[in-house]
Amino acid sequence: MSNKSIFAVLILILAAGGIYYFSQDKIDVAVKGTGECTIDARVSIVGNEFPAIQTVGAGAKECTGAEVKTNLTADHQKINVAGMSNDPAEYTSAIVANTSIVALLNDDLIRPLDDLVKKHGTKLKKNQLITINGKVMAVAFMANAQHLVYRKDVLDKLNISVPKTYEEMLEAAKKIRESGLAKNPIGGAYKAGWNLAQEFNNMFIGYGGKHFKGNSAEPNVNSDAGIKALMMMKSLSDFMNPDFLTHDSNATNAEFRAGNVILMNMWGSRAATLTDADGVSEAVKNGMDIAGPMTVGSGSIPASTLFWDGWTVAKNISDAEAESTFIALMNAIDPSIIKDENIRKQAVWLLDGYTPTDAARGVFAAAEMKTTPYPMLPYAGLMHSAIGAELADFMQGKENAEKTLSDIEDAYRAAAKEKGFL
Amino acid sequence: MKHKTFFWFILPTFLAMLIFIFLPLISIFLQSIHTPHENVLMTVENCDPFGCKKVTSIDHDAINDLKKTEPLGKFVGLDIYFDRGHLAIENVKMLWKKDNNFFQFIKALSDLPFYKAIFFTLTFTFTVTPIMLVLGFLIALSVNTISKKLRGIIIFFSLLPMIVTPLIGSIILFWMIDSRGIIGNLIQWLLSDPDLSLKASTSLTWIMLIVYGVWHAIPFSFIVFYAGLQTVPKDQLESAKIDGANKFEEVIYIIIPHLMPLITFVALMQLMDNFRVFEPIVGFSAEAHATSLSWIIFNDLGGETRQLSAAATSSILTIIGVIILLSPVLLRTWKDFKFKK
Repeated sequence: MSNKSIFAVLILILAAGGIYYFSQDKIDVAVKGTGECTIDARVSIVGNEFPAIQTVGAGAKECTGAEVKTNLTADHQKINVAGMSNDPAEYTSAIVANTSIVALLNDDLIRPLDDLVKKHGTKLKKNQLITINGKVMAVAFMANAQHLVYRKDVLDKLNISVPKTYEEMLEAAKKIRESGLAKNPIGGAYKAGWNLAQEFNNMFIGYGGKHFKGNSAEPNVNSDAGIKALMMMKSLSDFMNPDFLTHDSNATNAEFRAGNVILMNMWGSRAATLTDADGVSEAVKNGMDIAGPMTVGSGSIPASTLFWDGWTVAKNISDAEAESTFIALMNAIDPSIIKDENIRKQAVWLLDGYTPTDAARGVFAAAEMKTTPYPMLPYAGLMHSAIGAELADFMQGKENAEKTLSDIEDAYRAAAKEKGFL
Repeated sequence: MKHKTFFWFILPTFLAMLIFIFLPLISIFLQSIHTPHENVLMTVENCDPFGCKKVTSIDHDAINDLKKTEPLGKFVGLDIYFDRGHLAIENVKMLWKKDNNFFQFIKALSDLPFYKAIFFTLTFTFTVTPIMLVLGFLIALSVNTISKKLRGIIIFFSLLPMIVTPLIGSIILFWMIDSRGIIGNLIQWLLSDPDLSLKASTSLTWIMLIVYGVWHAIPFSFIVFYAGLQTVPKDQLESAKIDGANKFEEVIYIIIPHLMPLITFVALMQLMDNFRVFEPIVGFSAEAHATSLSWIIFNDLGGETRQLSAAATSSILTIIGVIILLSPVLLRTWKDFKFKK
C-alpha cells in the first residue's frame, strides 16, 4: 500500500472519530422566548427525556434575562449526582421521580424550598409539595404508574373479559395462544436490570410483601410473597417472546405496535403516544385500550407502584441561581400549559384545572385502587439493583426461587454494608 | 541515545502518564480501601401527592462533621475486596467445603457476580484473541497476493468493522440476530426450529459475543500483519523457492518467524483489550447471560446506587487481572532485554 493510501485511511479514521465526537455533543443553546418570565441568573436542568419532561424543559427555556440550559436524557440518573456535587454545581435543578430523588437526598445535594414556595409558589397545590421532615424538597407535576394495556378487538373476538388479576391474564393468554391469533400474547419490560427488578417489585407488593424488616435496612424479600412473585413472573414469561430478558419498555411497546403482543403491563406515561408511530396497523391503532393495574393472588392492592415526577433545586448554588431556577420551573409548570390538548394528554398532570384524558384512565385507576407508592428509602435503590442483577438466573431456569431470593439478600447486604446502612 | 536526550524526549510522555494514569490509579486504590461513613438514620414524615407516611431518611446533620474531617470515608482495609460482590472469600470457602465435585464447585462459583464475570471475560479473551490472530494473518496473506489495483479498496472495506463505533456495530448486529431479524430468522429457517432465539440462550449469547469480538478485532491484526508482510525480505523467499519450499513451508519457516515480534505485539494488545470487553455486552443487552469486569464497574457507578468503593475495587482487580494475563509476555521481553545486554 502506498503512503498516500495509508494517509487517506488515517484521515478517514480521524474524520469518523471527529464526526462521532461532535455528534455526541448535546449541549443545547438557550432559546430566547417571549414569555412573561424574567430571571437574572443561570438555570441548568438535567432530567429524563419522555414527552412531559420535554414540555417542562421547553417551558423553562421561555424565560429571558439569563441563560437556561437543559440536558434531558435517559441517562439522567448517571449524571445528576455528579453534576450537582461540585460547588458551584453544574446543574441548578434535577427533574426526578420518587425513585431517583433518593440518591440526591442521600448525598444532601438539594435544598429545602419553603422560602421560595412562599415567595413564588403560591399557585402550587398542596399535594404537589413533596415534604420530608416538614421541609419542601421537591415540587411534583405529574403522576405515573404501570397498568394494563391490551387489544380490545382480540379479547372481544375470543369473548374474553378484560383481565383484572394476573391469574386472569394467564388464562386469557392461554386462550389467545390456542386460538392462534398470537403466539406470545403477553408483553412485559423484563429486561435484566432495572426493568426486571421493577416488575418483581410490582408483583412482590401485589402479594403483600415488604422489602425491608420494619423500619430497618434489613432485607425481607426471601419470604413467601417473594417466592409467589417469582413463580407468577415465570408463568407469565412462558407467554412472552423468548428474548424477554432483553426487552425494555421501548422494545415491549414495539412488539405491541407490531401486533405481536395482546396484553401488557405498561407505563401510563407512554400510553397516550403508544401507537403514534409509522407503520402501525389500523387493527392495533383502533384495538388498543387501557385499564387499571391488575391484582394478584386475590390481594386487594394492585401489583403496581405509583410514581410522581417533579423538580428539585440544587444545594451547591448561589441563592440568586436557586431563585431563578425556581421561577423558570414555575413558569414551565404553569397550569395554563394544559390548555394545549397535546400537552394535556402527555401525562397525568398534578396541575390546577387538569381533567384526565382517556389515556390517563390507567394511572387514575391505579391511584383509586390505593396502589403503593414506590418507597422513598435511602437504601431502596440498592435493593432494586440487587434484584435486577440476581433475578435473571431464576428467569432462565438456572436456579430455584429460594436460592435466587437468598442471593438477592446477600447481594443487597454486601452493597448496603459498603454504603454504611447495615 | 544519550541519557540526557532520552530524558528530555520522554519527559512529556512521562508527565502525562503520571498525571493522567498513575495519580488516578492511586486515588482509585485509596477509594477501594475506604467506604462511606456509617449512615445515621432517622424516621421522618414524608408527604407526596399520594399522602403522608413515616419513612426512614439519612440524618445529614449528624454525619456532616465527620464527612468534612474524613472526606475519604471509613477505612476498611481489604474488606470490599473480600465481600460477596468481589472475591467473596467466605462464600468460596463455604462452597469448597460443600461441593466435593469440582464441576459442581465451578458451577456454584459462577453464581457469584465476580466469578461469573471472570469466567465470561476469560472465555472471551482466550477464544477471540487466537481466532483473530489466525484469521487476521490469513486475510493479510490473501490481500497481499491480489492485484495492486484492487488492494486499496479491499483494505478500506476490511477496516470497516474497526471504523464502526463498537456500540453502534453491536446494536446493528443485535437487531439483525433478533428472532424477528434477518440473521435470527435465517438461522431458524436453516435449523427448521421456529422457536430458536439467540438472545434467550446463554451459550448462544456467548458465541454471538465472541463472533462479534472477532469481527470487530480482525482489522487490527490484519492491518498490522499486512504492514509486516511488506517488510519480508524478498531474497529469503527466493532462496527458499530455489531450495524447493512450497507456499506453506514459506509461511511457516520464513514469514511467521519474521513477523513474530508483530504477532507478540498484536496478541498483547488484544489480550488487554479483550479482557476489558464492555461495549458488546451493553449493545447486545446481554447482561442476563454474560457480564465482564468492566460491565460490573459500569453497573456499580450507574443508576441510583453509585457504589464508588465497589467500582474502585473492581477496577483494581481488573488491573491485577491484566498484569497476570500479560506477565508471561512481559517476562519474556524482560529476559530478551537482559540477554541482549
